[in-house]
Amino acid sequence: MTDLLPSETRATGPAIGTPASGIFVQTPSQTVGPFYGYALPYDKGPELVPGHHPHAIRLHGTVTDGAGEPVIDALLEIWQADGEGALSSELGSLDRDGFTFTGFGRAATTMAGHYTFTTVKPGPVAGHAPYVLVTIFARGLTHHLFTRVYFEADTALLATDTVLAQVPADRRSTLISVQDGPASYRFDIRLQGEGETVFLDFDA
Amino acid sequence: MPHDTLPAPARGSGQESQDSVTAEIRAIEADAARRVQQGGSPELHPRRDYPPYRSSLLRHPTHELVRVDPEEVERVSPAFGHTDVNVLESDLTIQHVGEPLGERMTVSGRVLDGEGRPVRHQLVELWQANAGGRYVHKRDQHPAPLDPNFTGVGRVITGDNGEYKFTTIKPGAYPWKNHVNAWRPAHIHFSLFGNAFTQRLITQMYFPGDPLFALDPIYQSIADPAARARLVGTYDHDLSVSEWSIGYNWDIVLTGPKATWMEGEDAHD
Ligand SMILES: [Fe+2]
Repeated sequence: MTDLLPSETRATGPAIGTPASGIFVQTPSQTVGPFYGYALPYDKGPELVPGHHPHAIRLHGTVTDGAGEPVIDALLEIWQADGEGALSSELGSLDRDGFTFTGFGRAATTMAGHYTFTTVKPGPVAGHAPYVLVTIFARGLTHHLFTRVYFEADTALLATDTVLAQVPADRRSTLISVQDGPASYRFDIRLQGEGETVFLDFDA
Repeated sequence: MPHDTLPAPARGSGQESQDSVTAEIRAIEADAARRVQQGGSPELHPRRDYPPYRSSLLRHPTHELVRVDPEEVERVSPAFGHTDVNVLESDLTIQHVGEPLGERMTVSGRVLDGEGRPVRHQLVELWQANAGGRYVHKRDQHPAPLDPNFTGVGRVITGDNGEYKFTTIKPGAYPWKNHVNAWRPAHIHFSLFGNAFTQRLITQMYFPGDPLFALDPIYQSIADPAARARLVGTYDHDLSVSEWSIGYNWDIVLTGPKATWMEGEDAHD
């Protein structure tokens, strides 16, 4: 059936350097809406490693709006390197085998606006300060938001991080999680207003 | 944006009329058109701060996004494949004992990057209301019937040419509480992964000729008419199957890798 698609005649294989034709303009984003709860979350989505993993950490926090109210219908995704700084290309993020670390997780916020991931603290990739990439979707967000979770213990690497250097000094702390237990890190996300989290856009 | 020209009533009360919301929509669209006339790039994406969509009022960031170079983490993406998605998950009409009510349809197309290259072997997720406009979601209070033979969730892994295909039923329009008598045009929610995490996209596909387009603050949050038209699938008679299903085509283009000839980046963000 695919040989009947009109698009088949437009783009076959790599088209690097092709002049702008208007065909490959981005598809716009739309809000995830309120009703993804039976569709996108999945079994063990928030558990990148089992809780009994020797290096398991809790990464958690609350998502709040411009009035300070908890956002009870946000969906968060994380993507990160493993403890040694390696990025996984293993299958199995959706159908976890309880052993393979795939680096991807998905969690919906609770009725209190709280989210929790069980994962490992990432190692540095290419010598940079380690971080967890977070993507936030919610009703009311017409487009997702990206941010990064850094770790306060990585003092030396944080001090020389080029991305943190681009962030106004008084907002930098919004990107750095706070250790609130032996293996627990808190990262609250404020969508708007006082203490608004720094959100990132990538020159990709 | 000319906030001072917008109507003043209690935004977000849910009590405003369609006419007043439509007036806001048209004012923002006119503002966007003026910017293009003055040499600006058309807005490719919805505005994050889009008052006609009341839920955006307290949820959009007020600071500019900080634009940074992606590192390796953002330049790659999780891998999904046959161990994650069963091939049967692309057919939403065979998930129960009986067949769902509604107009059986297929939606197929390709997932491409900004240079027209196929996004191969990546995850596409889809969810939707049933033919009556009701979601299988506990917070959906629309008094339309659930269909015991329809859940409305599908997944597929794209093929070697970035192609995907779902079999489903056409979703119904449904009411929501943005304002009085607010109705969402029929749509299917899509979630997409690219080869880089920066390409991540969640969006909605619409159906051609829907009379609700002009009234819907979510569709209209994309201020440029040509940009929002990219969300409307194309009816393709060659994709319809005789005595079986109606066929729509919808190609999806993810961001990047951004090339210098790409115009209209970050017009609003
Ligand atoms: Fe919807």
